[in-house]
Amino acid sequence: MKSRRFDFLLLLAGLLLLWQLVHWLVGSDVLPSPWATIRRAAELIATRGFWEHADATATAFGVAGVISIAGGIAIGLWLGLRRFAGDVADPILGTLYSIPKITLYPIILLIFGLGVSAKIAFGVIHGIFPIAIFTMNAVRNVAPVYHRTARVLRLSPLGAATTIMAPAALPEILAGIRVGVALSLLGVLIGELFASTSGLGFALLRAMDVHAVTDIMAITLVLFVFAACVNALLRFVEGRARHGG
Amino acid sequence: MAASPDGQISLRGVAKVFPGHDGHPEVHALGPIDLDIMRGELFTVVGPSGCGKSTLLDVLAGLLTVTSGHATFEGKALAGQVPDGIGAVFQQDASFFWLNVCDNVAFGLRRRGMAAREVERRVNAALAFMGLAGFAKAFPAQLSGGMRQRVCIARTLVLEPKVLLLDEPFGALDQQTRLLMGDELLRIWRETGATVVLITHALDEAAMLSDRVAVMSARPGRFIDIVTTGWPRTRDSRIVSDARFGAITARLWDKLREESLRAMGAPQIT
Amino acid sequence: MHWRSQITKVGAARTALILSALAALELLCRSGIINRVTMIPPSEMVASLWSILRSGRYNGDIFFTLYNVIAATFLAVIGGFLVGAALHALPRLRRPLVPLLSAYYAIPTFVFYPLLIVAFGVGRAALIVMGTMFGVVAMIVNTTLGLDHVPPVVAKTGAILRLDGLRRLLLLRLPSAAPHLVTGIKLAVAYSVIGIVAGEFILATEGVGKRIAYSYDNFDNRTMYGMLLLLLIAVMAVNGALSSWEKRLHRRFGQR
Repeated sequence: MKSRRFDFLLLLAGLLLLWQLVHWLVGSDVLPSPWATIRRAAELIATRGFWEHADATATAFGVAGVISIAGGIAIGLWLGLRRFAGDVADPILGTLYSIPKITLYPIILLIFGLGVSAKIAFGVIHGIFPIAIFTMNAVRNVAPVYHRTARVLRLSPLGAATTIMAPAALPEILAGIRVGVALSLLGVLIGELFASTSGLGFALLRAMDVHAVTDIMAITLVLFVFAACVNALLRFVEGRARHGG
Repeated sequence: MAASPDGQISLRGVAKVFPGHDGHPEVHALGPIDLDIMRGELFTVVGPSGCGKSTLLDVLAGLLTVTSGHATFEGKALAGQVPDGIGAVFQQDASFFWLNVCDNVAFGLRRRGMAAREVERRVNAALAFMGLAGFAKAFPAQLSGGMRQRVCIARTLVLEPKVLLLDEPFGALDQQTRLLMGDELLRIWRETGATVVLITHALDEAAMLSDRVAVMSARPGRFIDIVTTGWPRTRDSRIVSDARFGAITARLWDKLREESLRAMGAPQIT
Repeated sequence: MHWRSQITKVGAARTALILSALAALELLCRSGIINRVTMIPPSEMVASLWSILRSGRYNGDIFFTLYNVIAATFLAVIGGFLVGAALHALPRLRRPLVPLLSAYYAIPTFVFYPLLIVAFGVGRAALIVMGTMFGVVAMIVNTTLGLDHVPPVVAKTGAILRLDGLRRLLLLRLPSAAPHLVTGIKLAVAYSVIGIVAGEFILATEGVGKRIAYSYDNFDNRTMYGMLLLLLIAVMAVNGALSSWEKRLHRRFGQR
């Protein structure tokens, strides 16, 4: 819809204006101007160093994402299909999810040392819980009338699972993946901040150390745009799976 | 007592008790019930809320195993599996939100591995029959509640069931739509020749549509009366003008009123 | 209807599961399979926590963080509510903002911490702002969600009762939205803690995060795990209390 796109651009313009105002208020040392940030971001993207870092982050993010999704769905399916196990695990999962993951950072570092595996571990502990929880709820909340319909249609358990239960649970599972993937990226970046010598998180740490505020803002801007795009894409896929239902 | 299956579906001494779990007591939902549903008849069950009507339907469909007694379909015992030839439309919306109307209706046929052209022919016929022809590509989310129920009915009819079970299918609809849907149901019943078992709480609907109406007591549900209406097969909703309609409805309410009060927990008012 | 505390099968299984997990951890640590440099046995963690609390030697840190969390939560909840209510009243502004808000938690917001230090100096203020930044978006999202769930009939009732706008908001719409608002508060607290402790990890003069980072750097596992346990228990307790309040409200209001 045309007006929707216009509204979005209007909002962006407004946010940029707000940014500019705050910049005038606090000065370049605290908050660089939007223009300076965008220019710096363009400069960075043109360098090879940036892409080496981006590559490292992307690889770790990819692995952490795949593990989180596969593991989260597997756990969620198992707990969702087995009523008793699900009932027992539900509050435990909820509590684990609500624990601030920062409390686990020292432990992860002690277990995995510094390096890629720690990064990936960070990504996984952030991403796996929401995916497992959403998947479990998606399976448990499939409308009971669908179960009965499957039986009246005399479907085999496998047939019912693939043709009815899976598409019915899919939108909710995709919502969980959307949340989990975003948090997984966050986890990987945090891991790079604390435990790595490569990646965009590490680049941020370096910028923080030498107080290159414009670099901090530029890298953050690139990450934010990336995250927003991934998020929008996953939201779109989720919407299609719902078919307005 | 030997189970002599007179009806297409026969129940002898059937009772259903749901076992208690995790501190909740057991629930005696249904029975004992004796029932013979004749081939090709339109049989309705009315009763107060929570009396076990839906449980009865689940037993008839083969969705629930009975705690005691025998249940048979066409001479064979119902043993926890839904037999071939039974179709059911439930109270809740069972349309699949991820499929459009056409794919919803075709669902059962495709699962049986039918040829695509035959599927298409049958689906188009069913859509026309149910007045959904213009909505073939629409998704359930875009349809009203009544239309979604029609999709579920079409999906069931297209499989040509011998017995059609309907659990308060018109519950969410307004009165005028209900009356029209009642006419639809009669037409379906006549043209397919199926046996129809209908669960409803609307007395006038029961009196108008059925060959026989069974009145169920409050929980645990048992039959306290079975009324034969004697209507001709060619009836429609205008039967309400027949003099006997009032008498039948009055008789149903007479039996049902006490049970409804009992179900509500109110003292008996004579 | 009588209330009876029942030992359900599910509850018993859960308790057994948690206890056996803890016992297994204890065993693995004591036997040396998990070496002491990585993790100390849970029993020693508890002992360390107990000694920290009794001696009171880190009370300064604890109260510092506590104060920051309370301040940040307060700001996040009030600010988040106001912004959320404003967005709800301006749907044209809200719609394009939604994808941006859901992407907010994907970026490590504490990269802004150095910028805050330049602005406010090393100390409370930077940490509190950090915590607020973490928590405010959760409150905004849940406020709009909660106001969404106020059925239109409530507004009509307000009009029929001839209440003015402010009364309508406070007496009718606020209580209607309460379950989601409590969810927002719960998340605001949790995220504020994360923001503040993370900031203290990076750079601070005192605080629970600072103490944990300091012990980690100095290989003082006892203190580190003791403080981690304190943080964990405190967060779980507050979260648990807010969760049961949240569930009670959802049940009472008949919402999902």
